[in-house]
Amino acid sequence: MSLRPELALLAGLIPSASRVLDLGCGTGELLAHLMSAAGCSGTGVEIDDDAVVAAIALGVPVIELDIDNQLEEFADGSYDVVVLSRTIQTIRRPVEVLQHMSRIGSTLIVSVPNFGQLRNRLRLLRGRMPMSPDLPHPWYDTPNLRFTTLADLEDLFATLELSVERRIVLRQDGRPARTDQLLANLLGAAAVYVLRS
Amino acid sequence: MAVGVTSGSVGVVSTRTARLFDTSEPLALAGGSQLSPVDVAFETYGTLNADRSNAVFVCHALTGDAHAAGLHEGASRPGWWDNLIGPGKPLDTDRFFVVCANLLGGCRGTTGPSSTNPRTGRAYGLEFPLLTVGDLVEVHRALLRHLGITRLLAAIGGSLGGMQVLHWGLTRPDEVANAIVIAASSRLTAQNIAFSAVARRAIMADPNFAGGDYAANDTSPDVGLAIARMMAHITYVSEDALTEKFGREPHPTRTKPGFGIDFAIESYLDHQGQVFLERFDALSYLYLSRVMDYFDPFAEPDALAAVRANPVNWLVTSFDTDWRFGTAHSRRIVRRLERAGLPVTFREISSTAGHDSFLMPVPTYHATLRAYLDRALAEVSR
Repeated sequence: MSLRPELALLAGLIPSASRVLDLGCGTGELLAHLMSAAGCSGTGVEIDDDAVVAAIALGVPVIELDIDNQLEEFADGSYDVVVLSRTIQTIRRPVEVLQHMSRIGSTLIVSVPNFGQLRNRLRLLRGRMPMSPDLPHPWYDTPNLRFTTLADLEDLFATLELSVERRIVLRQDGRPARTDQLLANLLGAAAVYVLRS
Repeated sequence: MAVGVTSGSVGVVSTRTARLFDTSEPLALAGGSQLSPVDVAFETYGTLNADRSNAVFVCHALTGDAHAAGLHEGASRPGWWDNLIGPGKPLDTDRFFVVCANLLGGCRGTTGPSSTNPRTGRAYGLEFPLLTVGDLVEVHRALLRHLGITRLLAAIGGSLGGMQVLHWGLTRPDEVANAIVIAASSRLTAQNIAFSAVARRAIMADPNFAGGDYAANDTSPDVGLAIARMMAHITYVSEDALTEKFGREPHPTRTKPGFGIDFAIESYLDHQGQVFLERFDALSYLYLSRVMDYFDPFAEPDALAAVRANPVNWLVTSFDTDWRFGTAHSRRIVRRLERAGLPVTFREISSTAGHDSFLMPVPTYHATLRAYLDRALAEVSR
């Protein structure tokens, strides 16, 4: 199975044989790959009906629950890695979710689209809400509830005492950018963070 | 396929019976006593493949029987899970070999409290030993040995059926690759027990119950059993479903208010109670409902040790309008399994039909079972 570039990147950050909790696992591609290619075990969490059925068809254990309100179902320290891939911008209570993640696992992997990317800023300057391949939804029909730039997000990580072990800035095509880290918030389309609780 | 049988049906089937325990090899019950003989009524659909890896055991609920799919000769109503089992259906009998057996303690061909006690030559009545979910599973296991099957691709069941699957997967994980637990519970609440207590009281307080020896009098506690069924039926459906179906519609023959069947819902419940008498026995109702009250598998010491050592794949589903064994019951099961590090999938299915949803062809529910079973089969076919 060939993974989308960003999922391949996430998979590369997860040690083999890890126990992985993937919050917002979608169709379960990442976990299916980790289970078959890296000897990992784990659980996906998803709430979209079609995605859940697709994950089941891939043989991925998937638990249907609301990430915002029901993460207490998972025990302290019960996973090695907790993944929140392109999901933090869609949840109502990102602080509580990040706190639960750091309770459940020791390594957190969070990927986010960057609302602070230059092209988004330019659209706002022109009086238009940001839309891009990473933010493809019009304002009136978007799953995204929380709009954050990389700089804002990193402030939150600091507040929650989550240390950023790695940050990988992504280009529009989902591949790592070679951009100057200082310009990440301006040029990155998205970013992947490896955090330690 | 027989003429007149619609496509997707397993066609005309018949129930077979096997003597699985006898005096030389009695069934040892969890409570310490022994039982023999034990005859089991069962049906099978589809074909067992060469390496015997496609068997799926269907565990039925409190009042089910071995006739899960297809039509008995001359019958017009198919088996109780016919919408799930058949060619092209989620439990596709072109690919799976499906086994369903009447429960120990039942009254549809398997030995139960109304069977003849060989010691007295009369029906057991209340001398029949109390049973556990584990006892029901022991008899299923004996049937599989009889059929030459050592490992199930899957065990599946709803309500009490799901409780058997849960017990089986926890205690004999080497025998069950995939365990599908639907609208079940790992521990009844006080409310659950209370409903069953009223049902049992209705049966036992019926003068015809005669201390359980009603067979000797050639009677049966029909009034009590019908009341038990009427009340239980209310708990199997949702308030919204009853409102939608009956509302406050008067019964057609109502002329003025009284204490007869004034409302359509009363007529419906009365009918449910009456048809139940034709197919169910009061003693079986007592014994099998009591089995559920005491089921508490996670309270056993090392309840998860066996399955931790030999992981089973689990699928647990609940229905959002089920108030008999609602989502909280399933979540408790999921929590225990997931915290033991087991692969467990959970879905809460949206449906208007309450607890009985597990018997209905709810599209998301069937799509979930289909995806899960297809994946299970693909994994052993690899």
